[in-house]
Amino acid sequence: MKRVANINPRRIINYLRKYWSLYLMLSIPIAYFIVFRYIPMTYIQIAFKRYSIVQSPWEMPLANNHGFEYFLKAFRNLDFLYALRNTLLLNFLDLVIGFPAPIILALLLNELTFPRFKRFTQSVVYLPHFLSWIIIAGLAKQLFAPTSGMINILLNRLGFESIPFLNDPTHWVFTYVFLGIWRNMGWNAIIYLAALTNINPELYEAAAIDGANRWQNIWYITLPGLRPTIFTMLILSLGHILSSELDRPYALSNPLVNSVSNVLSIFVYRYGIRGLQFSLTTAVGLFQSVVCVIFLVAANALAKRFGERGIW
Amino acid sequence: MVKSKRSKAADLAIAFVCLLLIIICLLPMLNILARSLSSTEYILRNQVLLWPKGWNVEAYRLVLTDSKYTWSLAWTAILTVICVGVSMTMTVLCAYPLIYRDLKGRRFFNTMILFTMYFSAGTIPHYLLYKDLGLLNHPLVLIIPNSLSVFYMIIMRTFFYSIPDSLRESAEIDGAGPIRILFSIYLPLSKPVLATLSLFYAVGRWNGFSDALYYMNERKYHPIQLLLYNILNAVTSIEIQTQEGFASAPGISDTIQAATVMFATVPILIVYPWLQRYFISGATLGALKD
Repeated sequence: MKRVANINPRRIINYLRKYWSLYLMLSIPIAYFIVFRYIPMTYIQIAFKRYSIVQSPWEMPLANNHGFEYFLKAFRNLDFLYALRNTLLLNFLDLVIGFPAPIILALLLNELTFPRFKRFTQSVVYLPHFLSWIIIAGLAKQLFAPTSGMINILLNRLGFESIPFLNDPTHWVFTYVFLGIWRNMGWNAIIYLAALTNINPELYEAAAIDGANRWQNIWYITLPGLRPTIFTMLILSLGHILSSELDRPYALSNPLVNSVSNVLSIFVYRYGIRGLQFSLTTAVGLFQSVVCVIFLVAANALAKRFGERGIW
Repeated sequence: MVKSKRSKAADLAIAFVCLLLIIICLLPMLNILARSLSSTEYILRNQVLLWPKGWNVEAYRLVLTDSKYTWSLAWTAILTVICVGVSMTMTVLCAYPLIYRDLKGRRFFNTMILFTMYFSAGTIPHYLLYKDLGLLNHPLVLIIPNSLSVFYMIIMRTFFYSIPDSLRESAEIDGAGPIRILFSIYLPLSKPVLATLSLFYAVGRWNGFSDALYYMNERKYHPIQLLLYNILNAVTSIEIQTQEGFASAPGISDTIQAATVMFATVPILIVYPWLQRYFISGATLGALKD
């Protein structure tokens, strides 16, 4: 009986009379998502087809090897393999070295006892997040210049050799990771600081009665309190293991370090937009997206297996 | 509570580490400011660290009289204002209807929107779509395709949720429709978050680089970051150096590069105090977890 009442035309008319304007408003962003996020997904089939400028993706002929021609081509392409290795290497180092940094910063700020100084520190460490990678590369090139950069001037004055921060592949990798931490450590600490405010203060009071010292407080109360947030952030980071932004490696690289700075985003830009090899680079992009989704789902499932909440 | 001596020493050690972090964060900016204001001979003699030597504003004069650079600054400013307007409109249009819990299809729309956060078609499909739509090299390509950020939309929606439903219900009893309620209740109460998200969008557009590199070949529409990239890499590429003007004696290029970086940074530094006022408590991002 209820069902019948639900499809009662009068109710529908009343409902629409009340809410038509909401649908009207929503239609604009929904159209945006369809056109700029979902229609591009139909272009993914180009990865399996031979690109032709005069045909729509639906009409293009299937590529060889049951459509997997361009995936095979990519894995036989030395530039791609290097880009894949570099992307994995840089993202892995970002994860291992960069991931704990904001947690440590949040713990530090939490332990800082001078409130005004704490607020000032926060303002300053959040600032680099708002500078573009182009600007940061400009700052870094001047700061780390082999002879005229401030860091090397200081090193020389102290009697040390100059360090080729941006001009030698090994050093470049670590400069790249360090600059990533420099830019994002403060910003990423915000979410941990927010989680810290949710820890029940009674826990610390009880610990104080038991005579717990600072380390015991951090180890037994603060870190367990941060655990769910740490897992959420870790899952999200693993979901980016093969993603590759362009700005950061592109702005920081130079011809001397191409062997480590050419990542997948740069490969796609050079081979696709500049080189017009659309099928090959669409295949590479799809490979990236699929690997990322697999990692995200696997990490989420693993976290749930260990009794964490997961991200969905 | 009486604190032990050891704890006090630890407090000071922590404060010292924080001080070190502050220095590390500010050093590169002070360095480049000093270099932009120094004369070339001191830079070539490696004497400029954090304080300008041989006071010199020639670099700033050269940059400001370069019509390409000033046009790019002006164009990026215009672009930023337009983008903020478009983006904020889209964000409100998307977030507001979704707070109506009895809106039919709400779950479907939510899922559809969230899915785009986890899976994207990739660079080339977007490029080919813009090509088919005739957006390549058109100024709109820098405005429309990334006008709506799901992340900011969620922040907006979370803020709308924090406004009590009872306010809306009493307005509904008085006969106000959703549009009236949006303009008379929700928007006036959301001024701080509207301001913050506007600034986030503005910073995003001001700092935007890769979309211009991918989709915009028209030099007159190059935003400031792309021009800056070309200037900063001019030392290694003679070709670009002559194209971008500024071709000059070695040494002076150092101060000019420093000055161009300063011009692109200063707008960010100006809006930063307003930007950080809202997120400093971490409330905004903390709300995102749920």
